[in-house]
Amino acid sequence: MILQIIADGLIVGSTIALGAIGLTMTYSLLRFANFAHGEFIAWGAYLALTFLGFFIALGGGGAMAPLGPFSFGWQLLAALVAGAIATALLALVLDWLLFDRLSAQGSAIVLTIASFGAALALRNFLQFVYGSLPAYYTRELQIAIHIVPRDVGGGLRATPDQLFVLGLALVLVVGLHLFLQRTTAGRAMRAVAHNPALARVTGIDVASVVRWTWILGAILAAVAGTFAGLVGQLRPQIGFDLLLPLFAAAILGGIGSVPGAVIGGLIVGLAESAAVPLIGAEYRAAAAFGVLIAILLVRPQGLFAERAK
Amino acid sequence: MLYFRHTRNAPHMSARLSGSMLHIRDLAKRFGGNRAVDGVSFDVPKGAIAGLIGPNGAGKTTLFNCVAGLYRPDAGTIALDGNRIDGKRPSLVHAAGLARTFQIPRPFPAMSVLENVLVGVPGQSGERFWANWFAPSRVAADEAKARETARSWIDFVGLGALENAPARVLSGGQRKLLELARAMVADPRLVLLDEPAAGVNPALLEKIIDRIAEINRRGTSFLIVEHNMDMVMRLCHPIAVMAQGKLIAFGDAESVRRNPTVVEAYLGSAVA
Repeated sequence: MILQIIADGLIVGSTIALGAIGLTMTYSLLRFANFAHGEFIAWGAYLALTFLGFFIALGGGGAMAPLGPFSFGWQLLAALVAGAIATALLALVLDWLLFDRLSAQGSAIVLTIASFGAALALRNFLQFVYGSLPAYYTRELQIAIHIVPRDVGGGLRATPDQLFVLGLALVLVVGLHLFLQRTTAGRAMRAVAHNPALARVTGIDVASVVRWTWILGAILAAVAGTFAGLVGQLRPQIGFDLLLPLFAAAILGGIGSVPGAVIGGLIVGLAESAAVPLIGAEYRAAAAFGVLIAILLVRPQGLFAERAK
Repeated sequence: MLYFRHTRNAPHMSARLSGSMLHIRDLAKRFGGNRAVDGVSFDVPKGAIAGLIGPNGAGKTTLFNCVAGLYRPDAGTIALDGNRIDGKRPSLVHAAGLARTFQIPRPFPAMSVLENVLVGVPGQSGERFWANWFAPSRVAADEAKARETARSWIDFVGLGALENAPARVLSGGQRKLLELARAMVADPRLVLLDEPAAGVNPALLEKIIDRIAEINRRGTSFLIVEHNMDMVMRLCHPIAVMAQGKLIAFGDAESVRRNPTVVEAYLGSAVA
């Protein structure tokens, strides 16, 4: 039972972590809480659905042939990439139309409220285009396989799709960490996140770094949305429902910290998972916020705050 | 003006002083009703270590920020080695050959000393995101060259033993040296130093003065805002004096020291 709770928590947490990374990166560079980030998740998921239909039609139509033990074929992987690129373009357009113009003359609160408005517009437009009924990438049924026998810690079962989500999330997080720590571009991003004014006078092209932050954040959000749709179902509210756990994860980990967002996402996921058998599924969100409050009482800046004091 | 005179107080000065490295004319910047910089004009000769002094609130840091591109001037022109830089973005001003440090040293605290200096290396192909994927060998070569340059400046300012330490562990004086290395790694023509002596112990201050003089001997010009009069009088020539946003005096140490307007506005009984 314990192992199963941990595994379920890590699977949910990995999706939250991917979304929270983009949220915390946007906050650390642009200094505002972007409430439209949840809609990048929803749009990423639905754009992948659109591209999935395109790639299935490209392959001659009919049913998608599953890859090995998974419920999906190559078409979903291609749709995931195409959906992520399209979501990155959406983020750049939103920045060009709204945030870039407002940041030149407005304060953080103006940007935050504008992101509220953008979130509402994006969600309603999504519902207008795709409708409000649930949708699925695949109707293939998956049977959870035994990974750990029942007599060890209550056993552990997971579907191949869930293991794929966990594995790819891990690869993306490690890849992003290496990019930020080992590359010249990553060093420039960290410098801008720490102190944008100082980064400017040391010659860093901050506008370019900001553009790439939008792109990376939107790509991770689109992947998170596709993951959420793959192990669950697609709904226009998928981004809104994830928004509060994303903020909880970003705050818990320490705003501005990518490793913090990952750890925060996993903690929120584990708290939600543990709440189901302990206090009931209806309180799972409350449990996550209980953990958030408890940690912030002890460490108000979050677990891995990096901001210069 | 006496600033071409070779004096005992400014041993670094030489015949290299010809032409203007920084040319400021009728510079103005206001914040609401406050004229922080009000029609200031002066030149920093090529190869000089010029000083900019004045009481708190005189407008020195605002002038620095206008020159570095952090503030857009309301009026006036600024030229670096003959090229207009007023109103340009800080990254373009930096690329034109101007580097600066801050009154309160500002390292990137979670980054190592080496990374802090590497950030200042200009023209790194790896800062272009696409290049990391499509030209990795060129990025790797640039990075290796940048590291070599950064390490040479870290050694020059005496922080070699702390190369991999996070910048947050450095003392105030060490942070000033780190900022100097970060400024110099861009091979600037002119460096703006904002109070390099503030909060620095006397031993480290001697080292900072020595390093500035050595860099100047290699051909880099400086404009230094400083309240430490001993340092200004020893190192700087010419000296510009600001008060209430205006330039009230300009010349060598002796002429500034004896200027009654300066004495009244700033130096007071400490020097008079």
